[in-house]
Amino acid sequence: MIDALGNPQTVLLLGGTSDIGLAIVERYLASRPVRVVLAGRPSPRLDEAAARLTAKGATVETVEFDAAQTAGHQELISKIAAGGDIDLAVVAFGLLGEQAVAERDPAAAVELATVNYVGAVSVGVALATVMRAAGHGVIVALSSVAGERARRANFVYGSTKAGMDAFYSGLGDSLIGSGVRVLVVRPGFVTTKMTAHLEPAPLATTADEVADAVVAAVRRGRHTIWVPARLRFVMSGLRHLPRPLFRRLSR
Amino acid sequence: MGTTMLTGWGRTAPTPASLVPAGTDEQLADLVRSAGPRGLVARGLGRAYGDAAQNAGGTVVDMTGRDRVLHFDREAGTVVVEAGLSLDRLMREAIPLGWFVPVTPGTRFVTVGGAIAADIHGKNHHVHGSFCRHVLEFDLLCADGEVHSVRPGDDLFWATAGGMGLTGVVLRATVQLLPIETSRMRVDTERATDLDDLMDRLTRTDDQYTYSVAWIDCLSTGRRLGRGVLTRGWHAKAAELSTKDRARPLAFDPRVRLAAPRRLPGGLLNRYTVAAFNEMWYRKAPRERRDEIQPLATFFHPLDGVADWNRVYGPRGFVQYQFVVPFGAEEVLRTSVEAFASAGHASFLAVLKRFGAGNDGMLSFPDAGWTLALDVPVSAGLSPLLDRLDELVAGAGGRLYLAKDSRARAELIARMYPRLGRFRAVRDKYDPTGVFTSDLARRLAL
Ligand SMILES: Cc1cc2nc3c(=O)[nH]c(=O)nc-3n(C[C@H](O)[C@H](O)[C@H](O)COP(=O)(O)OP(=O)(O)OC[C@H]3O[C@@H](n4cnc5c(N)ncnc54)[C@H](O)[C@@H]3O)c2cc1C
Ligand SMILES: NC(=O)c1ccc[n+]([C@@H]2O[C@H](COP(=O)([O-])OP(=O)(O)OC[C@H]3O[C@@H](n4cnc5c(N)ncnc54)[C@H](OP(=O)(O)O)[C@@H]3O)[C@@H](O)[C@H]2O)c1
Repeated sequence: MIDALGNPQTVLLLGGTSDIGLAIVERYLASRPVRVVLAGRPSPRLDEAAARLTAKGATVETVEFDAAQTAGHQELISKIAAGGDIDLAVVAFGLLGEQAVAERDPAAAVELATVNYVGAVSVGVALATVMRAAGHGVIVALSSVAGERARRANFVYGSTKAGMDAFYSGLGDSLIGSGVRVLVVRPGFVTTKMTAHLEPAPLATTADEVADAVVAAVRRGRHTIWVPARLRFVMSGLRHLPRPLFRRLSR
Repeated sequence: MGTTMLTGWGRTAPTPASLVPAGTDEQLADLVRSAGPRGLVARGLGRAYGDAAQNAGGTVVDMTGRDRVLHFDREAGTVVVEAGLSLDRLMREAIPLGWFVPVTPGTRFVTVGGAIAADIHGKNHHVHGSFCRHVLEFDLLCADGEVHSVRPGDDLFWATAGGMGLTGVVLRATVQLLPIETSRMRVDTERATDLDDLMDRLTRTDDQYTYSVAWIDCLSTGRRLGRGVLTRGWHAKAAELSTKDRARPLAFDPRVRLAAPRRLPGGLLNRYTVAAFNEMWYRKAPRERRDEIQPLATFFHPLDGVADWNRVYGPRGFVQYQFVVPFGAEEVLRTSVEAFASAGHASFLAVLKRFGAGNDGMLSFPDAGWTLALDVPVSAGLSPLLDRLDELVAGAGGRLYLAKDSRARAELIARMYPRLGRFRAVRDKYDPTGVFTSDLARRLAL
């Protein structure tokens, strides 16, 4: 259960090595021991993440999970829930990809769409099913401002996030009254291993700041947040710019 | 089946459940036998502050329809009642006949089932103990669908007393009432200038009173830290009433005078508004007044005059923090009062009382020592503060009250309740598959 002050007992991180996801888990761990399930593709990085969380007081379990292999998702998530209600699930897996490649190579574009959108839809449905039965739970979906209006410079990624964002917003609405909540998180540029090779964009933020915002939003029962919060107004302005102007601004 | 969102009195952490009226014994037994994987728990008037009477995704049985007085022995002062009967109704029946409930909490709007499940205490704990001491027998519907008749001495009795509904559904109970001559209280009020003065007055003279409690101003700091007002008294004798009141010595008809508006914004209660209220409350109290005659409801249930006052805390709700620490652990008390005062977590009416000895209830809360209870609105810094106090309380051999809890950690509760193992053994014997469960039970791994 998530208690009256917003502390969860069990957190499931889908994308078990995500810098943002791990920052969220660590933020909870800083105040209370938590049972953590790290779902990801087996790798030394995943083991390191597990070891780090264990050292910080978590009871960690790792389970094998590939976002693109949707057939096993429901079974996996049901099995995790059978070991104890999932109080908070963070949907953190994602690929940034390379726009130049993705816009010319169908296979590369499909991979982004499969992981970022199809995989996210699949786990979303599976999570909602077990949480609805449990009558409680929070799903934190890491969307992106890139999905609010796709830019010329990374519209393949942006379009997958647009789809994912629409799905989780709708899922949240469908779960009203079920005891389950969805929090859609729209970060701007976050300095993590996903963006390590890029020049930081204006209003760049950190995984820790995203984590702080997520923990506060879960406690307050919010359904959508931007990180940093100012991006909400920036994006709302950008959404209404005429196409040619937006195209030039957002190269 | 449709579901209903439920919360406790603190209005935090709502969860949905199928809320089913209890119906007859047979209907209830069927419900228990056919409970789904998310289990079932009984609910009374929902006055537990946290999630004790909630069961996310499962069944919650509304007991309040089962509210009859089945038998009233006017000579012996024993009643057999259905468990959904409120203490309010019981008082309206019993007081005119010269009998009072043996223990009353700060509100009359709790059921007898809830009183047993939380083994509630009142201002007379140091004299009369907690509620289950006055329960002679009860009928308990267990997980197998059978009704057990349970008496003190049975393992089920002391597992159910304070057991938060996790051993089964209490159907009926026989309760020993307390004889009274009048429906009035004779009350002494005095002000204490700081925490030492307050504790000193309670320690020296509590024994003279049947009922005793102190209110602490949890926002004053420095020299005034822990200043407060003691109100203590006895049931008034007929001879002590005015001639006018003597005509109807047992009259009892308290009314709800006000209702809190349905929607209030958060933040109404902040350290400034509450500090102003506390200052007024303290100033209003006489430095010392003896032998004032007060109606029962004024003395015991001042908050019942305002319906739904819990809404005043706004949409985010509030937490009540209540612990007991043994005598000798006064430092924990002082640290807590200091922590609340300096953190400025606005609290009305923090209440301090000395408990008498505890009983055999495996999860029963009261035990010899100091108990402090205060309401705090939900805010960002509250969780770490309370976690820190929990450690102090556990370290001193004290405990938190499950009926008030909505945020403690399972490991701490296990340390605070050394008889939890015995409780689990009895519960597992009668409910091996875990039919009876609640959000509280899941959260605290009871
Ligand atoms: C303003 C206020 C003041 C209070 N003051 C005090 C006080 O001074 N002292 C004190 O001890 N408590 C106090 N309380 C707490 C209250 O007395 C307890 O929480 C009590 O259990 C509430 O009873 P209820 O009928 O509302 O039960 P609920 O809140 O509905 O349920 C509480 C628990 O009882 C169980 N339960 C209810 N009915 C049954 C049944 N028939 N069979 C089995 N289990 C059952 C539930 O499963 C749950 O675990 C106060 C509460 C409020 C709101
Ligand atoms: N960083 C930003 O600027 C930014 C901004 C907005 C939104 N976001 C979004 O936030 C989320 C987390 O990003 P991050 O910054 O924390 O990036 P990150 O550290 O690179 O994490 C990405 C995660 O996705 C996992 N993943 C990739 N493909 C997978 C697959 N097929 N199956 C399972 N897991 C897979 C990776 O696991 P492996 O270790 O196995 O590769 C890794 O755990 C992503 O959804 C991202 O789109 C990021």
